[in-house]
This record gives sequence, structure tokens and C-alpha cells, in this order.
Amino acid sequence: MKFTLSWLKTHLDTDASLDTITDTLTGIGLELEGVENRGAALAPFRIAHVIEAVQHPNADRLRACKVDAGNGTVSVVCGAPNARTGMKAVFAAPGALIPGTGVTLKVGEIRGVQSAGMLLSAREMGLGDDHAGIVDLPADAPIGVSYASWAGLDDPVIEISVTPNRGDCFSVRGVARDLAAAGLGTLKPFQPARVPAAFDGGPRWSIDWAEACPWILGRTIRGVKNSPSPRWLQDRLISIGLRPINALVDVTNFFTFDLGRPLHVFDVAKLSGDVLTLCRGAGETMRALNGKDYTLTDEDCAICDAAGVQSIAGVIGGEATGCDETTTTVFVECALFDPVRISVTGRRHQIVSDARQRFERGLDAALMPDAIEAATALIQELCGGEAGTVTEAGAEPNWRRDATMRFARISGLGGADVPADDAVASLERLGFAVRARDEAGVTVAVPSWRNDVAAPILLDQSPDLNPTVAATAAAGCATIEPECDLIEEVLRLRGLDSVPPVSLPSRVPVPAATLMPHQVRAAVARRTLAAQGLAECVTFSFMAAADAAPFGATPEQLRLTNPIAADLDQLRPTPVATLAMAAQRNATRGYADVGLFEIGPAFALDAKNGQRAVAAGVRAGSTPRSWAEAQRGVDALDAKGDLWAALTAIGMPLDALSVTADAPGFYHPGRSGTVRQGPKTVIGTFGELHPRVLSKLDHPGPMVAFELFLDAVPEPKRRRKSAPDLSAFQPVRRDFAFLADTAVAADAVLRAARGAERTLIAAVTLFDVYEGDKLPEGKKSLGIEVTFQPRDKSLTDAEIEAAGQKVIAAVAKATGAMLR
Amino acid sequence: MSDDLEALKTETDAALAAATDLRAWDAIRVAVLGRNGTLTGLLRDLGKTPPEQRRERGAALNRLKDALNDAIEARKSVLEDAALDARLAHERIDPTLPPRPRPSGLIHPISRTIEEISAIFGAMGCTVVEGPDVESDWHNFSALNIPSHHPARADQDTFYLPAQGDMPPPVLRTQTSPVQIRTMLTQPPPIRVIVTGRTYRADHDATHSPMFHQCEGLIIDRDLNLGHLKGCLTDFLRSFFGINDLPVRFRSSYFPFTEPSMEVDIGWNRRTGDLGRGGDWLEILGSGMVHPRVLANCGIDPREWQGFAWGMGVERVTMLKHGMTDLRPFYESDLRWLRHYGFNPLAPTMLHEGV
Repeated sequence: MKFTLSWLKTHLDTDASLDTITDTLTGIGLELEGVENRGAALAPFRIAHVIEAVQHPNADRLRACKVDAGNGTVSVVCGAPNARTGMKAVFAAPGALIPGTGVTLKVGEIRGVQSAGMLLSAREMGLGDDHAGIVDLPADAPIGVSYASWAGLDDPVIEISVTPNRGDCFSVRGVARDLAAAGLGTLKPFQPARVPAAFDGGPRWSIDWAEACPWILGRTIRGVKNSPSPRWLQDRLISIGLRPINALVDVTNFFTFDLGRPLHVFDVAKLSGDVLTLCRGAGETMRALNGKDYTLTDEDCAICDAAGVQSIAGVIGGEATGCDETTTTVFVECALFDPVRISVTGRRHQIVSDARQRFERGLDAALMPDAIEAATALIQELCGGEAGTVTEAGAEPNWRRDATMRFARISGLGGADVPADDAVASLERLGFAVRARDEAGVTVAVPSWRNDVAAPILLDQSPDLNPTVAATAAAGCATIEPECDLIEEVLRLRGLDSVPPVSLPSRVPVPAATLMPHQVRAAVARRTLAAQGLAECVTFSFMAAADAAPFGATPEQLRLTNPIAADLDQLRPTPVATLAMAAQRNATRGYADVGLFEIGPAFALDAKNGQRAVAAGVRAGSTPRSWAEAQRGVDALDAKGDLWAALTAIGMPLDALSVTADAPGFYHPGRSGTVRQGPKTVIGTFGELHPRVLSKLDHPGPMVAFELFLDAVPEPKRRRKSAPDLSAFQPVRRDFAFLADTAVAADAVLRAARGAERTLIAAVTLFDVYEGDKLPEGKKSLGIEVTFQPRDKSLTDAEIEAAGQKVIAAVAKATGAMLR
Repeated sequence: MSDDLEALKTETDAALAAATDLRAWDAIRVAVLGRNGTLTGLLRDLGKTPPEQRRERGAALNRLKDALNDAIEARKSVLEDAALDARLAHERIDPTLPPRPRPSGLIHPISRTIEEISAIFGAMGCTVVEGPDVESDWHNFSALNIPSHHPARADQDTFYLPAQGDMPPPVLRTQTSPVQIRTMLTQPPPIRVIVTGRTYRADHDATHSPMFHQCEGLIIDRDLNLGHLKGCLTDFLRSFFGINDLPVRFRSSYFPFTEPSMEVDIGWNRRTGDLGRGGDWLEILGSGMVHPRVLANCGIDPREWQGFAWGMGVERVTMLKHGMTDLRPFYESDLRWLRHYGFNPLAPTMLHEGV
């Protein structure tokens, strides 16, 4: 919402400075977006009379001038070709900053002639590019007067943002009312005189759809001459960014902003029949004033004459019946439309108009009769003509309602101690009328323009609520909400600085944990993965459906119906997908060796609420190149290492896990695994990415990845730990080499060995895996180290030998592997 | 001491001094103290000494034995040191060699900020709650007093998913506020929670991303008023930005789910971007007393309970705190940016270490 300071002052009698006004606007909730004040830079420049301009005695291209700017005659040397005796020009005295050049003027001497000032071109004043000569003002321009104010350039343009609840402040008058209520002057009365009717005739209204249009007024003015508006009106509209069209249209635009009262004018000569009907649209197409065609639905309110739709009610008028310079009889529309329908229609047709903006926030019904009088008077003033009777259809709706506020609640809710008298006075300045008051509270009548206060209460309660609970809460809302509205008004006008801040009182001296156990697990996983050398990323939850498909299911239910771009339409099946793309982007930038991870959602229809919390990571390229260690490409077990580190850190007992070779399809089928707890619960996956996936990504590989499904990890049991078993006896370590079929899982050998003598075997580690020429076809060698931990006495050789035999037997039984 | 003993001492000292390695030294030791050594021989011969001299000579021999032992051991020590020095003189690494590569990863600035926010509000007794990214129209809008025709809905560019059955289409949540609703429906007041998470709006330019993060708070109790809102958020902002006297300004505004509603500004210098001083104001979060309709929609009686809520952009406060100028790199996973702005995973946010 834009307006100029002088426009504001047509409604507000104030001597407050511009800064006070703008600060107050922001303080009372009409946030200042900006002030454009061209006049400020022009303040030092005055209109001057060039008494004499003669050839400079010592310079061909200069003129020596005698100039009167209201303070006596000064000598000025001027280089402009158009400087001439007797002209009116704009004069800058020494000390003035010239906006166009950034130079501050000084008294000087140019080739022997004193120059105590400057005559300015438009460019030097920062008013455009004209530098052909100095500004040549009309002969009647008053000497000594500020040029900016004479030219109307000293009127600051103020722009505020109006919140959706304050439709009344989409008008200069509404803003003035709020400022007056905040103590910045007084609101000037607005009581337009009735324009007597000279005749009875012209179009009539007929309402066929009362829900969309409860009340509408109209008035015919005939014998008008429609021409460009006078300068003051054009200046007003131009200053707020509107284009003047012609006087009749400009009047409607003026009142849209001045009173927040959109009007529409029909050229009566272009209407068919003498009835304008408000009805549902019926598929007709209308060309609007913006030159575009719109086809109306039965949910749009149309204004139709005998020939068809002539206006989309409250949103935009039709081109066919618009007013132009040929118009001699005009019909003014002043209506009340249903805000919701206006909003829906505007959105459906994607029409943004000043009228829609105001109608959809609700209008002041009581203002309509005055508004049509004011509009009639202004039209007559600008265009002449005689006015007919005011015609109407429907009736003024009952907008009158009361609201009650208990004074104690101003501090109880608002935290501010406001004397009751002050609170009531604030409300009265805003136009609320006191209907009853006692020690405890006040009941006020809500003014017609404040449809945001004590509005009808529309609840949308959860269907799962107990009916009694729901009814009690609804009754509470009906009591509290109007009071809240009034308290807000009182606090707003005083400024929220008047509310003293109070730190939140503690409910307990030391708060309990801020995070729930599963959130702690995510935090620990995050730190652990980062400590493995992975850089945490945040990638988008959505991606192109085609890019997502290789990584999992891409159901249509998880595809946006209005994506911002085609490559951001599908909710990702796994963060591995977006991380792999991130690794690819890094490779393109010249950083092929990366390790990335993310903790974020993976979307799937079978997941609770459609998503799973996943910690996922990728590694691509090679290990770091170093003098100390050989470089190698990343492999599946690097990813498994990351996954294992995270699982260990979050307290997952690794012994309880099994790994199966059935990882999702985006992994290499032979170099990947699924980590399970029991047969059903999948805890994670890891592996090398499938070569086909890599080639789609256009990544040279290798790239490996893992997923950890955080939601699948069971809540750790908080058991007290048993006492540690710290044997006093030395452990004994023995190595065994087994010859096994290549298909035998290493884990099976390790588990069998570990289980051979549970009380004695403390650890089993795999230290060697060999497949090659020295072994029979289809066989591999697995070297394990078994740690025997005696507990009550040292082991004898025979006991060690016997335990070793048990290991060999157990491994053979479980896997068929034989000691080499 | 008799001459022979004196001579032995002198001889041995000279021999030790001449010995330059441990092998030579050991020969001397054996020659003097060994089974057939000179001193051993003298001791053995003590029995042959006349009895009247035996006592004196015995004492002299013992003194000599101690002296020789000391001399021999002292020399050993010197030679060992010399030998070690000689060895070490050849044992050299290039101490400027880079160490073997160790993994060092990073925490994303968004996670760090969420941690910091959680720590500070956690100290005020809040717990962290979460909700789904895909929300029902009711949770994201209607329950929050944003009916379908509300102008505020048009302001939020909402992403929609295909409608299922007769229900309105699900949305990607445009704010973290639906989790307030979920909390009020499942947890009886008093309530102190914060919500962090991903949010989505159809907007993409230098200052808007279609996905971003919000942090939201909800405090419900019987007697908490707007003064507590101001205190709570002022305390937070000063702690988060680490500026004890950070100017904080509250000004009236409008949100459908709060009344009264307030924008919160902090003081800064628009030209330099420095926070705290400079006379300019920067909008940083939105807040307000929870709207009675929102309470009633969740079955909470506004006559009995009231409270406040606030919301802020995680990226925005992160950028301000760390002087970042561009939003887009947050989501680009550019390793160079992550290394520049990322945080050490082993130095997590802890109040006792300083946020």
C-alpha cells in the first residue's frame, strides 16, 4: 500500500515529522516498506530570476549572469547555452550538494569573474538525463521559492505492508485513523454532502445470487465530459505507481486508495438493456480491462446486462462497457461482495487487482452510501453532468456487534499494566464506541470497518476430540477471542516496547533431557559419521522422478502436482540418491574423492507417515593419496565400516545382526549387503553402487553407499552393566587356517569358532583371506586368530590343544571348512 | 693403600679411559673383576697375608673393590650414552613430513544451528518434537486458523501431492507449525516444546529455497503472558548470537495462528552486517500469543490455558550468525563450502562449553 505524505494529510491533521510517522507505522503493525523522498535532495534549490546573462569577458563558451534567488543579486558563471537574460531557473547556493555530480558547491572565480552559486540542469538535480541546458522554468515561477515544493517533488511516497487482517488499512483514510489513534494528530471528518438527484433513471441492479453480493448501490451521471484528470489527481495516482487513464476511471482508482472503497464505472451507452444482474457465471467468456479473456464458472460472480457478462464482480471490469473519452453517461457501481468468493475467483483466474485485494479482506459496509456520494461529487467536479437517484439492490447486512474486555486481562495476557481509562481511550480513538463499562471491564461496539475484531468464530476442531472437550474449548474461544482482539488493539497503539520482558520461569531447577532417545541416536550417528571423515550434507527431499527411479519406488502419490521445476518433482526414495548426485557434482568440479552423508527422510508409501529417518552416506573415488599409504579405490567394505561405526556408536549390539546378500537394486548385486536384526527387521544396507546407476549418474566410479534406518533401531535397554570380567591370567592366542568353499561366508566361520567354547574363547578375528593358484579350484583360505581367556588358572598345553580341536570341529561342522 | 693396589687402580682407570666401546670395556671388567681378574686374585690371596696385616689390607682391598666397581660402571654409562648418541645420530625422520591421512569430517551448519537452538531452549525446559514432512491440509492450514480461502494461504506457495479419495490433497508442510497441532493433540498442557525440521515453499531465488528449515516453539501454561514471550525470545537471541546487550525490538504484526502477533527485530548495521550495533533493525522471527482458535481446534480451553509460539528460519539465523551471504550453497553439497563452514563433530554444542 502506497500513499504520499500530502495525501495522508488530507485525512490526518498532524504536525508530526515524516520520521515520526514512519516509525509509528512500523510500531503499530503497519510495517514501513520504504520511503521515497525525492524532495530531500532538492531541498536547497530555489527558483531564481536571471536578471542578466552576458558573454563572459574571458571565455567564449561561458556566460556571466546576475541572479536573484530572493536574497539579493549574486554573480554566477554559467556554461549552459540556453542561459539568457530574464529567464527563470533553478539556483543552488554555495554549500549545496549537487545530487547529479556529488560535488558540494563553493564560491569560486572562473577566469576573473566571481561565481557564487550554480544554475542547474535536470541531470544535475538527479531528475533524469537532460543536460542540454539549465532548467528553463515558466515566467510565472515564484522567485525564492523551493523548487521541489513548487514542482510537487517534495511529497514523500510512503509504502507500507498491510497484514491480511487489516483490510481497512488498504486506504489512506484507514492509515490516518490508526495514526491518529496512536497519538499522531487528529482524523479529519469525512462527511460528504449528498448530491441531489436531478433525475430518476439509468440502469437498475438485480441480485440473483445474494450470498455473493448482499448489497449493491449504483448511480447514473449523465452529460459528463470525460477527459484527462487534473494534475493533482494524476500526480496522486502517478506517485503511487498507477497510470492515469481518464477522469472517470481515475476517480474510481482514487477512491480505491483514498477510502479503500473500490468502485466501477460502466459506460451506459455500451450497456444493453437497463438491468444489471449479479449472478453465477455460466461459462461465458469476457474480455477484461487488462485485455485478457476470462471464462467464468458457476462459482464466479458475474455482472451481466442483456448482452452477457460485463464484469467479474469485485475483481475486474469488462473492456466492452468501460469508460473512455466518448463516454457521456456513466453508471457508478459501489458494491459489497463476499470476500471468500472474491478470493477464490481471483485465485482461479489469477487476477491480481486493487479491487480484489480489498474485497477479499472485507469492506466497510456502512461507508457505501457516503462513498457513492463522494464519488458522484468528484465526477461532477471533474466531468460535469447531472446525477440521478441512487439505485440499490439487497440491503445493508447487519455488521453491528459488541466485544468485551476485562481490564485485568490486559496484564494477564498482554503483560502490560495499562490504566483502564487509557485502554478505553485507545479503543475510542480507533472508532470503538463504549456501550457499557464497569470496574472490571468494558463492552464496546465494533466499528463497521474493523471486520477483524470479534469476527464470527470459525473453528475447525480435530474430529478426534471428545465432544465435551471440544464444546468446552469452543465456548472458551468464543469468550476469549474478542477480548484478545481488543487487548491487541490496546497494546498495538501503545507499542509493544511498553510490555516489560520477563524471563521464562523454570518449572524445575535442572531441565530434563531436551532430546528423546531416538533424537539422541540421530545426533550421535551424525557426529560419528562426521568423525569417520564424511562431510554432512543437506540435500533436497525432492528430485527428478527419472533420476529417483534407479534408487527405488517412485509412486505417483509421492510426486508433487505443482513442482517448482521438472527436476524437483519426486519425493526421494532414499537420501543415497541425492547424495550420489552431490558426489557427481563434486566430481564435475574436480573433487572426485568425496565422502558425504546426510540424516534425512526417505519417502515410501509403506512407511509410517510416508517417510523414514535415514542416515545415509556415499564415498566416491579413492582413499587419500599419501606418501605413507598406498591409494586405493573405495569399496563396499568402506561403506560397511561407516555403517558399523554408526551402529556401534548408537548402541546397536553387533552380535545381534546378520548380513544377507540381498541389498536393494541400486547396489552392485554381488558387492552389497542388507543388515538385519532377526529375519524381518532391516537395519541398513551397504555396498558398491550398481554400474548402471553410476552410468546414469555419469560418474566414473567407484562409488559406495550405505543406509541406516534409524527408526528400525530398537530403543536401547537401559540395563545396569554387570561387573567386568578382568581375568588375572594371560590370554593365549592361536592361529588357525581353514580351507573353505569360496561360497562360505567368513562370518559363518567366525561365529562357529566363537561358539566352540563360549566360556573360554574371548575373541576371534579374521587376519587373512586368500584365494588363488596355491589352493584347489573353488576354495579359499581363511586365517583366524582365536583368543582363549583362562579364568581361574593358567591353561595347560593339553587344555589349549583340546580347545583348539573344538574350534576346528565347530568350524567344520558349521561350514565344512577343514584345517589347512 | 699399598703400592700394588694403587697401581691396580691407576692401571684400571687408564684402561677404562682408553676403552672406546663396550666390548673393550667388558674385557677390562673381566680382567679386573672376573673370576680370574686381578682384583679377584688379590682378594683370594688375602689369606696369605700375615695375620697382623690382614685386617688393614682387607679393608684396603674392599675400598679398592668399591672404587673399581664405581669406575667401571661409570665408564659403562658414558660408553652406553655415547653408543646411543652415535646410533641416534643416524636415526632421522623428516619431521616436516605430513602425517598419515586421518579422516576428518564435518557437521553441516544447519545441524549445528539446530543443535544450538535446542540447547538454549532446552535450558528453558523445552523438549524437541518432530513431525512428518508430508502433512494433511488440516494440520498445515485449517487447524492453524488458515481456512482454505484465507489470504495467508495465497501468500504461501504450497507444494501439493495428489489427493487421495475425498480428502484435500496432502501438502509438503509450509511451516513447522503443524507439529504444534500434533503436540497439543497428544500432550496435555503445560507444554514446552520446540520443533525443528524441513519446510517447503514453491519459491526459488537467491534468498528463497524450495526447501529450507524452520525452528518453532510452543509454550502453553496457565499464566504465561506476552511479557514472558518477550523475555524468552530476548534471552534466546542474546544467547544464540552471543551478544549480551543485543537490541531486540517487538512490533505488532499478524499471523493467523497467534494474537497478538509480533515480528521480532534485532539491531544491526545494514552496511557492514555487524549484529548488535548500527542503529538499523533486522526482522528475525515471528511470534505471538497462541490464537484461541488454534487452542480450541486442539481441544484446549483458552479460558484455562494460554501461551505463546514463535518461528524462525534456521538458514537465516545461521547466515546472520556466521556472516554468510548466499543461501543456495547450503543445499549444494560443495565440499569446498562444507569444509569452509562445517563444524567439528567432536566439539558439539554444550551449554557448559559455551554455545
